Amino acid sequence: MHHLLPLLVALPLLGAALLAACGRLVPRPVAEGAACAVAAGTAVLAVLLLTHSSPPLTEWVGGWEPVAGHSVGIALTGDGPGLGTAALVSVLTLAALAYSWRSFDEPPHGHAGAFPALVLVFQAGMCGFVIAGDLFNAFVWFELMSVVAYALTGHRVEEARAVQGALTFAVVNSLGAYALLMGIALLYARTGELALARIGGALDAHGPPDALVLTGFVLVLTGLLVKAAAVPFHFWLPDAHAVAPTPVCMLLSGVMVELGVLGVWRVYDTVFSGPGGLPATDAERVLTVLGALTAALGALMCWHQRHIKRLLAYSTVAHTGLFLLGIGTLTPEGDDGVALYVVGHAGVKAALFACAGILLDRYGSVDEHVLHGRARPLRGVGAMVVVGALGLAGLPPFGTALGKSVTEEAVGGPLTVLYVLASAVTAAAVLRVAARVFWGLGPAPEDAGAGGGADAYETTGAGEEPETRRPLGRVPDTMTAVPALLLAGALAAGAVPGFGTAVARAMSEATSAGLVHTSVHWTPLGVGLGLLSTVLAVVLAAVAVGRPGLLAVPDWVLPLRRLQSGHVGDYVAWLLVGTALLGALAFPGVLSG
Amino acid sequence: MSEPTHVLPYLVAAWVFLAGCYGLATSRDLVHAVGCLSVCQAATYVLLLAVGYRDGATAPVFSDLAPGSRPVVDPVVQALALTDVVVGATVTALLLALVVQVAKRHGTVDPDELSELRG
Repeated sequence: MHHLLPLLVALPLLGAALLAACGRLVPRPVAEGAACAVAAGTAVLAVLLLTHSSPPLTEWVGGWEPVAGHSVGIALTGDGPGLGTAALVSVLTLAALAYSWRSFDEPPHGHAGAFPALVLVFQAGMCGFVIAGDLFNAFVWFELMSVVAYALTGHRVEEARAVQGALTFAVVNSLGAYALLMGIALLYARTGELALARIGGALDAHGPPDALVLTGFVLVLTGLLVKAAAVPFHFWLPDAHAVAPTPVCMLLSGVMVELGVLGVWRVYDTVFSGPGGLPATDAERVLTVLGALTAALGALMCWHQRHIKRLLAYSTVAHTGLFLLGIGTLTPEGDDGVALYVVGHAGVKAALFACAGILLDRYGSVDEHVLHGRARPLRGVGAMVVVGALGLAGLPPFGTALGKSVTEEAVGGPLTVLYVLASAVTAAAVLRVAARVFWGLGPAPEDAGAGGGADAYETTGAGEEPETRRPLGRVPDTMTAVPALLLAGALAAGAVPGFGTAVARAMSEATSAGLVHTSVHWTPLGVGLGLLSTVLAVVLAAVAVGRPGLLAVPDWVLPLRRLQSGHVGDYVAWLLVGTALLGALAFPGVLSG
Repeated sequence: MSEPTHVLPYLVAAWVFLAGCYGLATSRDLVHAVGCLSVCQAATYVLLLAVGYRDGATAPVFSDLAPGSRPVVDPVVQALALTDVVVGATVTALLLALVVQVAKRHGTVDPDELSELRG
């Protein structure tokens, strides 16, 4: 079975090569149908492998097996979290391809296969990253998926904002990747190993952590946290999400950002958790402080957006913070909860982006104020946005709610309040948009006419180009079916009995070799907190719509908004600040060690 | 893996990386910024090669060298550096293509004048 592991990467890559070579010869439906078939095939393969992932599969590529304990080959590891994420990546890729079937303009003659081919390469990069068994390979896949993501973000090269956002995204993420590579080089210098588990063992054999281990830790985490968009590494994310084509947003927010979180979890767990790595208290401090900052700032900025795609992007930032808080507990319960949360979040967030894409293609704008009351005919889409918002808030029995409740109990204490607040505020922002845009509730915003009145530090979302050639007269069925199915999936992740337990079993196999079994189930407290944040979200949204004056932008938010200056140099400076912050937070462990 | 005896190459790598970051943060021209990113990447080459260096060793090419007859530098880091070069070429090419497109659409390559995405 483990010989099938490389196919997870090879299949999408072959499909992409085929499309790039033959895409121009075949009509568009054939090219896109082939891409969908490849993505679906990879998803089936990932699920098939997932059922055999206990004990974890290992494949040495090209038959370069270790000799006398020494390996020079490339190892692929297929454990529960890795293969589960690969399955999630593949399913979401399929959804994005199906969504783009009718939403995208007819491509220029001779380029029918270009977009699906790029999406397939993106899928291959993400699948490769999750099954990479050594750090350098993880870096290479990390770079592959990043480069394709830059290209996909700037896919509409004719648009001024698209190329600007893609450039910012590319510069910040590449710099993060080079920091990651420097960290890997330092770890190799100390241990002479690249395989994840072996680096950990060699560090432990060397003794307590010192400055080199700390530097390696900080640099590796910098790279991964840039991808995960943790504050203050997050600035690229809203810019990239605001300009990327909708199907790409679904993939970026749904899984790519979460791969950074997965990377942080895996690297800490297998490399730095031993006595030669970083003490648990320091890792907890790093992840908790950054997670709390990320959740708070993400939720705050999310609330103050009127550009719907940016709003959803900041909501992703807030949820990444919640994920980081969860894995920062360093307990199996926290890991299980986050894994479930990520699955539910992927479905909900991708569906919400899909709905925003429908608005963009139908009305040529994603500005909440300009669209006030205009989308009344799209009742079905409005209902889906409301359902998605309830999923974000954590209304039982969504998968997000089950994951959130398990994580909340693992986190405990005052951080539970942050969990409830962050999910409530992000959901309330989406509910506010739904109420205004789809039902025309509340007074019409004063600047609804021309998009004027916004201060210079606000991206409004008016005057965006639809992705179709002309604004849609009627919304195609594929564009509504995809978000509906994604929402159903997110609901099923929490409602189907046994799914949570299956996720927990897959996680425990990877962390404790199956020795520690945790159970994932609904608890009265979890259900209560989920209901609480839902009620809070509804109340906040109702106040915002009914009495906009009460929740207008306070002055102290403006400096925070100015930080998001759109200037790539500022973002690089913040990246360095973040790296220094990481070092400062992790430093006490080296002193005491 | 012997402990590094020379600190200088490591300091050089850190210096080059930070110099690249400084250039990125203060750049007034996107082509210059892409160049600075390449400088940051050059720091990773220096670091990788410094990690694999051994005193008095030769290149790990065994065509005219009997295995075990004399020390060679670590071939793994050279493979890593080579992979890194390939990755870097891709990224730089894509970035420069994006800069060309920015210049066409915005009529400027000064990041201070690109202010459409804010807040």
